[in-house]
Amino acid sequence: MGQVMLKGFPLSLQTHSLQDLRQQASVVAKVFVQRDYTAGTICQFQTKFPSELETRIDKQQFEETIRTLNNLYAEAEKLGSRSYIEGCLACVTAYTIFLCMETHYEKVLKKIAKYIQEQNDKMYVPRGLLLTDPIERGLRVVEITIFEDQSNGPGR
Amino acid sequence: MKACEYRQIGPQGTAPSPPVSAQNRVKRLRKWNVFPGKNRFYCDGRIMVAGQIGVLPLTLGLIIVTSCLFFIFDCPFLVEHVTRCIPAVGGVLFTFVLVSLLHTSFSDPGILPRASAAEAAYTEKQIGNSGSSSYRPPPRTREVLINRQLVKLKYCFTCKMFRPPRTSHCSLCDNCVEHFDHHCPWVGNCVGRRNYRFFYAFIVSLAFLTVFVFGCVATHLALRKFRSNRSLNKHSFTALELVVCFFSVWSILGLSGFHTYLVASNLTTNEDIKGSWSGNSGVQNTENPYSYNNILMNCCAVLCSPMPPSLIDRRGFLPTDEFPAAAHPEPELPVGSSLSRERLPEALEQCCGHQVVSRPPSSPQSTTSLTSLTSLRSECIYQALPTTPPTQWTMNTVFVLEASLQEALVLPADAFREESSVVVQNVTRTQQVGSQLRAAPGHWLRPRGPGPHRQPAPGGRAELLPVEGRRAELPADFLPNGASRGRLTSSHTGKNVELKFKVNLFWILLDLVLLLDNWRWPGREPTPVARQLPGRPLRHYT
Repeated sequence: MGQVMLKGFPLSLQTHSLQDLRQQASVVAKVFVQRDYTAGTICQFQTKFPSELETRIDKQQFEETIRTLNNLYAEAEKLGSRSYIEGCLACVTAYTIFLCMETHYEKVLKKIAKYIQEQNDKMYVPRGLLLTDPIERGLRVVEITIFEDQSNGPGR
Repeated sequence: MKACEYRQIGPQGTAPSPPVSAQNRVKRLRKWNVFPGKNRFYCDGRIMVAGQIGVLPLTLGLIIVTSCLFFIFDCPFLVEHVTRCIPAVGGVLFTFVLVSLLHTSFSDPGILPRASAAEAAYTEKQIGNSGSSSYRPPPRTREVLINRQLVKLKYCFTCKMFRPPRTSHCSLCDNCVEHFDHHCPWVGNCVGRRNYRFFYAFIVSLAFLTVFVFGCVATHLALRKFRSNRSLNKHSFTALELVVCFFSVWSILGLSGFHTYLVASNLTTNEDIKGSWSGNSGVQNTENPYSYNNILMNCCAVLCSPMPPSLIDRRGFLPTDEFPAAAHPEPELPVGSSLSRERLPEALEQCCGHQVVSRPPSSPQSTTSLTSLTSLRSECIYQALPTTPPTQWTMNTVFVLEASLQEALVLPADAFREESSVVVQNVTRTQQVGSQLRAAPGHWLRPRGPGPHRQPAPGGRAELLPVEGRRAELPADFLPNGASRGRLTSSHTGKNVELKFKVNLFWILLDLVLLLDNWRWPGREPTPVARQLPGRPLRHYT
């Protein structure tokens, strides 16, 4: 079983600024943005602005991030001609094609990972926050780790 | 267990060896090694099957044996007298059936990973269940409006999250599965969002194969009878195939028909059986909110939607510790480290700097009965109490009330292994209540930052910080030996009833004994905390 310590950092998101953050600051809290099921079972996250982030980031920016994520997930799950062709082709080849080809969903997930990293580098890490890719949490929540405010100095 | 006392030792005494966690081993573990469900993994996580394989070998055997007999005994005759396409068609169908069956059995059906500790704590906080004295579970449902239908989301106690719509917890696999259809024993796996299309392809192609073989075999026998008019004694294998096909064709055709109906109306077997959308539950005007009200659209949505990814990431490596590695590892008391019985008191003392004593040696009788009960679960329970009276407590005085060495053995069917681990529970630290400093309820603790571990100050202050989002789970820690934490559910759905009974019996006995115990430590007044001590007698285990 893993350790009791806080988890939340996919190693893939390590950049210089993140390393600095980790070394200097400790985690204050974690906020979880839940899924929005009003449109069914497709992957959408709630755009409601969590109160814990009020002092750290602009409401607009946060909502924009979540909305872009929602759009990307909608694109991944879209029922269109592309998905039908993929489905039929897979059926005809007895689904062995999944062993060779990357599915459309996986391609979009890579796009999402890139987007999250970009958002972290540009907006969130400078403000002492960190977004975790929802795929690391089973596409259930967007985990936002709040670090200590750097202006107060490291440590408690 | 012997009642023993340990002196306070300085940190420069024997330094405890770092907790041997998975990451310190030479070979890095992957996530499937610590997967909490009952699934089994092969080929380093590439292939997964449910814990109970069911009758998959029988299914495979029947299909392969019948088809082989068909190819060996019937095809030569039919090629000669009917047409050459028969083995080709048979071969294609047979391959298709096998491949879809293997895909269904060996892939991830859409398992939802369990909530992390931080997430579970956040969920509980959101619902407003912050008191630690009551272990009432969060209210079990959330309601969501989907397509003008009210859908209830239930809270899963095993996975510690609110289940998304159409998700159900499979008790055989001990996982929450998305779009849960059913657990199929023939296939030996759950059928859910990710493998429903394979399952459907399997039963449809199997129906075609069965009908095809049945027809061919019947033709073979009929032709032989007409041509030679001899008895058919020599063709016992053919007769066997006929019998097998005859009995299976009805059930498989029926099943295919049923699932075709489900696909066309975008329902799962689970929903159909429960009658969630057919108004059986008594609510008027319920219709399926997920249906597109168009047969073709529904079929496309179920069978041709983009293949979702596996959420459990079974071949990913376990993440390393979030905090940077210090020059030497921080002594901490995490669950999952394998500290030996002998080192536990040292480690505790180093962490909190208090005197460590083992379980109450108040009166001989109670010691005996307590140890015999507690030894059901763990070898030794230690307590560490502050050496200073309450008047000298400061805001950061921390004391570990109990740390127990938990040696939970795993029942053979479990893939989840829990080694002997240290469970730190019922830790309190002081908090300001009015003008007084009181002990606050349970947090997990970790030592403050990297660096050499300092000698605790004379006032008994220990530099420990609460770990965010981690609460002591008292009821789960009182398990009889042999019960794994992963199998506990605190819902009343009837899962693990037998286990619950055992645990309840244990609780009852423990309560009885504790009522007779007077909880007084020799030579020390009971602290206010001591009275709050695992009021185990009256704690509800839900």
